[in-house]
Formats: sequence, C-alpha cells, structure tokens
Amino acid sequence: MKNKKLTPILIHVVILAFSIIMLLPFLWMILTAFKTVSETTSVNPFVILPKSWKTGSFSTVWNNMNFFSLYKNTLLLIFWRVVCACSTATFAGYAFARLNFRGKNIMFSLILFQMMIPSQIFIIPQYLMISKMHMTNTMFALVFPGLVTAFGTFLMRQAYMGLPKELEEAARLDGCNILQTFLYIMAPLARASLVALGIFTAVFAYKDLMWPLIVTTSSSKMPLSAALATMQGQYSSNYPQLMAASLIACLPMIALYLVFQKQFIEGIATSGGKL
Amino acid sequence: MNIEKKKAKKITSWQQKQLFWGWIFIFPTMLGLIVLNIIPIFTTIYQSFFKTGDFGKGNIFIGVENYKQMFQDAQVWQSLFNTLKYAVIEVPFSIVIALILAVLLNRKIKGRGVYRAIFFLPMVAAPAAIAMIWRWIYNSQFGLLNHIFGTHIKWISDPKIAWISIAVIGVWSILGYNMVLFLAGLQDIPRDYYEAAEIDGASGIATLLHITVPLLSPTIFFVLVTRVIGAFQVFDLIYMVMDTNNPALGKTQSLVFLFYQYAFTEGNKGYGSAIVMLLLAVIMLITVVQMVLQKKWVHYN
Repeated sequence: MKNKKLTPILIHVVILAFSIIMLLPFLWMILTAFKTVSETTSVNPFVILPKSWKTGSFSTVWNNMNFFSLYKNTLLLIFWRVVCACSTATFAGYAFARLNFRGKNIMFSLILFQMMIPSQIFIIPQYLMISKMHMTNTMFALVFPGLVTAFGTFLMRQAYMGLPKELEEAARLDGCNILQTFLYIMAPLARASLVALGIFTAVFAYKDLMWPLIVTTSSSKMPLSAALATMQGQYSSNYPQLMAASLIACLPMIALYLVFQKQFIEGIATSGGKL
Repeated sequence: MNIEKKKAKKITSWQQKQLFWGWIFIFPTMLGLIVLNIIPIFTTIYQSFFKTGDFGKGNIFIGVENYKQMFQDAQVWQSLFNTLKYAVIEVPFSIVIALILAVLLNRKIKGRGVYRAIFFLPMVAAPAAIAMIWRWIYNSQFGLLNHIFGTHIKWISDPKIAWISIAVIGVWSILGYNMVLFLAGLQDIPRDYYEAAEIDGASGIATLLHITVPLLSPTIFFVLVTRVIGAFQVFDLIYMVMDTNNPALGKTQSLVFLFYQYAFTEGNKGYGSAIVMLLLAVIMLITVVQMVLQKKWVHYN
C-alpha cells in the first residue's frame, strides 16, 4: 500500500529528470547566445548565467549572415515542397485508393518500391540532372527532389481508403463525374491527412541538410540548414555567435510548433506511423 | 437484350472513365517518380561501373573495379563498422527509453501534454543547430558536460568515445518521436487487460513485460525497422560535429558521410555510387532479417 503513494511521485521524478535533459541543450544555447566570448571561455569561475544579457552576437550574425534572405529561401523552399507534395499526392492517392484502371497495380508497386530504397541512391543522378540543366543555386534545384512524393501518395491513399464508399455512389447518382466527385466530396473529407502531410513535408524540408549543401554554393541562395553548416566553419570558436545564429534559425519553427503543437506531433509522428 | 447491351455499354464507359481519370490523376506523380527516383536507381548502378575522370575528363568504364577497390578499402569497412556501432547505441536506447517514457505518460498525469511537447521538441529543430549546441556542450575545455562532471574528457575528439558521444545526440534527437509513436500504440490496448492484471496482483514490471510489450509489439517492430534504416543513413550529425581534422573522424564517420565525401567533396561519383550500393545492400539485408525474425516476437491480433 505504501507503493501506491510512492509510485506517482517516482514517475514524476523520472519524467521531470528526462524533461530537464531534453530542455537543457536548448537552455544552454539561449544562455550562451547572450554571453560574451570571455564569459564562455572562463573556466574558473564557470559562468552559467551571463552577467549582463548581451545582444551583440545576435546583431552581428544577423547582419553578417543576411538572415532575411535565409528566411526567405527557407520559406520558399518549404512553400514549394508543400504545394508540390500535397497537390500531386492527393490526386494520385485518390486514384490508387478508389479508381480501378489498367496499370494501377504496377504503378502502385513502383510507389512502394521507391519507399523501400534509401534516398541517397537518388542523389548523384538528381544532382547530375540539376547540373546538366545549369540550375544549381536556384530555388528549383532546392525543391527538385520533392516535386513528387511516394510516401505522401501512400499516406493519402490510406486516407481515401478509410472513407465510406456510399458517398461516392451517391455523388455519382447525382450526376457528378469522377473529377467532381473527387474535388467536391472526397478531397475535402481527406483534409486532415493532407494537413498532416503538409506539416510533415514542411518540417523535413526545413531539416534537410545534404541536398541544400550539394546544390547551393552561393550563400544568398542557401536555406537556413546549409547556411548554419557553412557558418560553423567561419566562426569556429565564437560560441555566443554560433548559438545566436542557431537560435535565430530555430526560433520560427519552434514558435510555430508551440502554437500548433497537436497538429505538428500528429502530422510528423502519426504520418510516419501510418506506413 | 437491348437493356443488357445498354448495361454493358454503361460498364465499359464507366471503366473507360476510370482509366482516363485514373491515369490523369496519377500522371504527375508517376512522371516525377520515374524521372526523380526510378531512373536514378539505374543511373547509380550504371555509374558505379565507371571511374569519374578528374579535372573534367569524362567517365571511363572500369567494370567492377570500384567494387573491387571498395571491398579492399579499409576506410569503407571502418565506416560500415562505425555506422553499425552508431545504430547499436541509437536504436535500442532510443526505443527502450521512449517505451518507458510512453508507459509512464500513458495515464492521467498532470502536465502530460507539456511533457509530450518537450520530448518531441528536437524533431522541429534544425539538425545543424542541434549539432552545434551539442558540440558546444561537449567542448573539452569550456563545455558544460565536463564542468558538470568535473572531468576533462575529449568527448568528440577521443576516438575511443567520440562514437558514443555522437550516438547520444542521436538518441536525444529521436527519443520523443519514438515516444509519440508508442503513445499512439498504447492507446489501442484495451483497458481490460490491465484491469485483469491488477486483479491477478501482477507487479508493474510484470504487466509491462507480459501485457504491454507483447500487445505493443507491432508498433515496436515498426519503430525498430524504421529506426534501423534511419540510423544507417546517419549523416547530419557526423558532418556537423566532426571537423575534417578531428582525430576521431576515422572512427566515427558513417557510410553516408563517406559517400558524401567521395561523391561531392572529391567529385568521384563512380566510387560514391559503389558505396551507396553497399549501403542499399546492407539496409536490405538487415530489413529482410528483421522481417524473418518478427514471426518470433511480434503478435498481431
């Protein structure tokens, strides 16, 4: 019986301890960003809180790194990837789920096949295509691998398969053709899955590092991820500036996450879990 | 007679409509998929039989030379071994800790949503930023970690421990994602099972091992398969945390990192292609083994 009272406290302690481990790196980033370089390189005494909260590192990296264009590039990259993925996947997903036509199964097996292959296999040929088109350092190059999505098609197919068949039959009896049935009846019903796919696509476009590193060499064309990677080499030991830049780069996405927490978690994890 | 003909006509026209719209609907996706993914698979295989010429010289067909060279290349085997070591830490720890946290959070607990949001936070942060933060925490002279423990450990430049330090970042990054998947799976387990266990007087650990884990095994299996595939593709962390002059680089660089180095830093696309084919083979092999082994421990109702 003693256990009954002790266990909830113990559970809270364990969860709290892990929460601290999860938050500590973020906290340390924030604290460091407001320190001076000499505060970060002082061992005795070890400085935990900055003596005065200095914003100098923020203004320096903001000016040096041209964050306006980094935000703009990242936003455009996310926008185009989401538009392309959602618009192509919702049509294809519906066709695979609800229409019967010759060649469907073999085409769908290509979708499944793509999902099993590690994406690095595609990267060299994708880069060669971009390079042959003389399109490196363009927004098109950044969006290129995400023009269509096998995973998203699969996700949308699952969503449409879960909808009742009667609705389509009723719409057809009312004289809707296939396109109308899809646009007016079925697509709106699969909206939740489409939103999930959009969030999933957005977050992974934001996090992608290797492809932007490959196709963008000019810092004015880079998204945040590649720019952060490049700046690390230039500011190698100025940790207040490195942390300030990291904070500026992470803040918009984290702010969005805090507002739309439920949608984010469902979008990323639940879509991942539906495979 | 006439009605049947009409009916037959109607059916064929309905089939034709489906054929027409079906192909229109899938056309953009299929075109993109074939150009961006299906053809590139063959291009990569093709490319792996060529030596990419230095200084703008064209491709030279060398047959299986890249593969021969790769199988004798100690660096490739070391990278494969490093990747394996990374996975051996990242996958089990991120799964076990996530499972425990999910079980603990799967009850009416104060601040449940807040905890879930905290654990999931690394999923929405840029990996480049996460890597920089951890690099700073690991800093051997001024880092937070050495200060807390009062040590002078070279967390990321000592070849003996750098791979563990990297894998710890991996565990920290993916923990919340696994936990959310487990939480979703736990919701599907009917309450009666736990009530029955309670009546029988089963302890918490016994309930976890004999009820939760078997009933959650399809989710655990899914997370395991996808995490292993993900761990074998580790790149961002190595690229960001390990400098090219880091003495521990050789003992930590992953297969995908090596692929990136050959294909894009050194411009040897042929050898890079061969390495990526090795990656494909390894991932396929491990996935098939897991599919076979699942029969032994995964319970589908």
